[in-house]
Amino acid sequence: MHIVDRRLNPGSKSLENRQRFLRRAKALVKNAVKKSSEGRDIKDVLEGGEVSIPLDGMDEPRFRREGGTRDMVLPGNKKFIVGDILPRSGQGRGRASKPGEGDSEDAFRFVLSRDEFVDLFLDDLELPDLAKRKLAQAEGEGIHRAGYATSGSPANISVSRTVRLALARRVALRRPRPEQIAELEAELADCDEDRRAGLIAEIAALKAKARRIPFIDPIDIRYRRFETLPKPVAQAVMFCLMDVSGSMTEHMKDLAKRFYMLLYVFLKRRYRHVEIVFIRHTDRAEEVDENTFFHGPASGGTLVSSALQAMHDIVRSRFRPADWNIYAAQASDGDNFGSDSEIAGRLLTEMILPVSQFFAYLEVGESDGNAFDMPDSSLWSLYERLRANGAPLSMRKVRDRSEIFPVFHDLFQRRGKQEKTAP
Amino acid sequence: MTAPSRFLFEGADWDFSTLQRIHDACEEISRSELGLDVYPNQIEVITAEQMLDAYSSVGMPLFYKHWSFGKHFAYQEAFYRKGFTGLAYEIVINSSPCISYLMEENTATMQALVIAHAAFGHNHFFKNNYLFRQWTDADGILNYLDFAKSYVAQCEERHGRLAVEQTLDAAHALMSHGIDRYPGKKKLDLRAEEKRAGKRRLHEERAFNDLWRTVPSGPAKSEALLNVERRRKLLGLPQENLLYFLEKTAPRLKPWQRELLRIVRHIAQYFYPQSQTKVMNEGTATYVHYRIMTRLHEQGRISDGNFLEFLQSHTNVVFQPDFDDQRFSGFNPYALGFAMMQDIERIVRNPDAEDREWFPEIAGTGDALAVLRNIWANYRDESFISQFLSPRLMRHMRMFHLHDDPAEIAGIRVNAIHDARGYRRLRRELARQYDVGYIDPNIEVLDVDLAGDRHLMLRHAVVKGARLSETDARRVLQHLADLWSYDVSLVEVDVTGNVLKEYVVNPRGLATAA
Repeated sequence: MHIVDRRLNPGSKSLENRQRFLRRAKALVKNAVKKSSEGRDIKDVLEGGEVSIPLDGMDEPRFRREGGTRDMVLPGNKKFIVGDILPRSGQGRGRASKPGEGDSEDAFRFVLSRDEFVDLFLDDLELPDLAKRKLAQAEGEGIHRAGYATSGSPANISVSRTVRLALARRVALRRPRPEQIAELEAELADCDEDRRAGLIAEIAALKAKARRIPFIDPIDIRYRRFETLPKPVAQAVMFCLMDVSGSMTEHMKDLAKRFYMLLYVFLKRRYRHVEIVFIRHTDRAEEVDENTFFHGPASGGTLVSSALQAMHDIVRSRFRPADWNIYAAQASDGDNFGSDSEIAGRLLTEMILPVSQFFAYLEVGESDGNAFDMPDSSLWSLYERLRANGAPLSMRKVRDRSEIFPVFHDLFQRRGKQEKTAP
Repeated sequence: MTAPSRFLFEGADWDFSTLQRIHDACEEISRSELGLDVYPNQIEVITAEQMLDAYSSVGMPLFYKHWSFGKHFAYQEAFYRKGFTGLAYEIVINSSPCISYLMEENTATMQALVIAHAAFGHNHFFKNNYLFRQWTDADGILNYLDFAKSYVAQCEERHGRLAVEQTLDAAHALMSHGIDRYPGKKKLDLRAEEKRAGKRRLHEERAFNDLWRTVPSGPAKSEALLNVERRRKLLGLPQENLLYFLEKTAPRLKPWQRELLRIVRHIAQYFYPQSQTKVMNEGTATYVHYRIMTRLHEQGRISDGNFLEFLQSHTNVVFQPDFDDQRFSGFNPYALGFAMMQDIERIVRNPDAEDREWFPEIAGTGDALAVLRNIWANYRDESFISQFLSPRLMRHMRMFHLHDDPAEIAGIRVNAIHDARGYRRLRRELARQYDVGYIDPNIEVLDVDLAGDRHLMLRHAVVKGARLSETDARRVLQHLADLWSYDVSLVEVDVTGNVLKEYVVNPRGLATAA
């Protein structure tokens, strides 16, 4: 009998089959991910989790029979006698499940890992591949190979390097090879007397030398060296500003939420610690939790400056620009009181933009009609003017999920430039 | 046995030498007392995750890649992670050496149970049952799977993943109809053929009578009829092994596609005996583990505490809920098989008048194991139940027979219960539930219109009014048509020859292979 320990074999033998399954069910799973991400909080977008997809199209058909007269033998008779008639529904529940029919469900539930979920989530936003790679790429841990060292832990011994050095040393010191000794010993076995003494001396000398020069000497041993990479202090705060006055519909809010999610995913990849601040505003602004932010009812006029002021106050009290990377994303349908433009513009250019890494403005619209028909709203024209004067703003009009990405395009480009100029 | 303690193990912990000791102790009992004849054992210890992996490739250690296995994996995993289902304690593979997978989290008692169950019970059954001997090649299966895996991978590389996937999808849909149900003719070698010809000639010479020449022969068959007969004979029709038929005769399949069909067909054939011997296979293994564990306890090699732990697991395994219990999902093959084998042991050793009347050949013969070994070797579920289910066991399990005729508006009739009038009927009906002839729909290739549009004709012989489920049938036929690459039709015909329904399906264009 053999006992084989398979526990150390590489796991996840099914991974490839699983990927094939996901690829095949892509459209369905994508839909499920979309539905699932609508229902979850921004911070949970990276969690992965259970999704359920309809079985249709994923089933494996077989010839099956149904109907007809059925005969079955069952255990556990209590009171029946021959000739009894049992009603079909209700009372006769015991016979309801025929073996083999129990596992046909109309929905198929399974769990997606975090990476699979994010991948599909990004896919749904129709990101170009390059951006997806940038986003989805988990950053390597801060440790990497850095040559060899003469000291280290035994686990890190580099066998090939050690053996190579030992070989070089043995060659240099002319350590006799075992074959050489064996050859002489063979000669010794059948030789005449006068040669014998010489041979014995020679063998003894060689053996002594072999003993003196070890096969592997401690000085040969090399260890693989690892270095840790210093990581920059990485924390970011993300401000979500949103107009919640009556004119914002559910569709608009959903667009905004997707944008925030994407921004969160992006920041999460870049920074170890990401805070989110939700500020909603009508003609007054207030900081709220996520649920209220997206679902809480509110009414009133629209004063954008109130939100900007609130953000400014929060930055000043809690997030020192020297310690935090500040990102802000504002979503609105574009309405604003005409008289507010002046104040909002000044707040933005003087207080907020100087301390922010990135400020995006997303003007959301209904999904019908196309973006070019939208007349420039008051807020849009204000920001347009600021941008013309050189303010670093990203702004887009968005009616559909697929239009969200271009805003990020700006973001990536900006980062690219910054990285170049940074020392 | 050089164990320091007289127990094989103590407590729940085990290591490899414990497994070795358990195996050796089981082997001794199984050989000397039970007279089992087994393949050499290979015991593999695996983790829960690996067990899940094994689940999704139908329990085999290696398998080709296909999305459907990924689907099963995702399904199983979701259920397991939520705690709805536990994992099996073991998986055993009908191969030589016989591989048993043991989960690492089993306790020592469980490992002993599992070794006795899988490495001796199932193993003996695999090696000796006639169905397995006839249909499976235990020595070759792992090599064959290895070949299949690399062949599929090669095909994917050469002909594109999509084309391979489509072919496999289609083959899987027809898998249940890719089985030879009867052993084929043995091919005679030339010398034997010559001998037979000689014998025939001798017989003709001896039986020569000129009178026969004068007997008028029947009306000559028309040429058209002869042609049809000749064609059907050439194509080997009627043919119920659809995959075989496609592999050999589908006009436009590429050679690699034929090979894929062949692989799927071989694997289906390999599992064919298992589906026919669930009750017997599990019953045998359960009976064997029960005997071995009890004996080990009698010998004082398992402590009382561990033995109680064993009894608890054993009782769970052979638990049979009643039909009106929430947990009921048909007969538990472990329970039915184990109960029948214990019953047979009783009949052989200690029969009463009823047993002598019902089982005159075995009642009171004394050597229970000889009888059981004979049964294990020569029966399958259907024949086993129809011959050895005793009235006493029917009474004990309180069996009854329901007859559900849709034409009967009032409801379902109780046709037989466990009384003198019902025993034979119960037994016949229960045996029929395990008869593959009744479980799988009977579908065969009837003819091919070779002179015309090459359209393939199939027939489903409807039994007891059970028709094919329409959506599934259409999907399967679609796959079939894709492989055949011309129209396919299927008629459902009842016993009197009335056509109940006809399906016609046109092939889709498959992804063309490069």
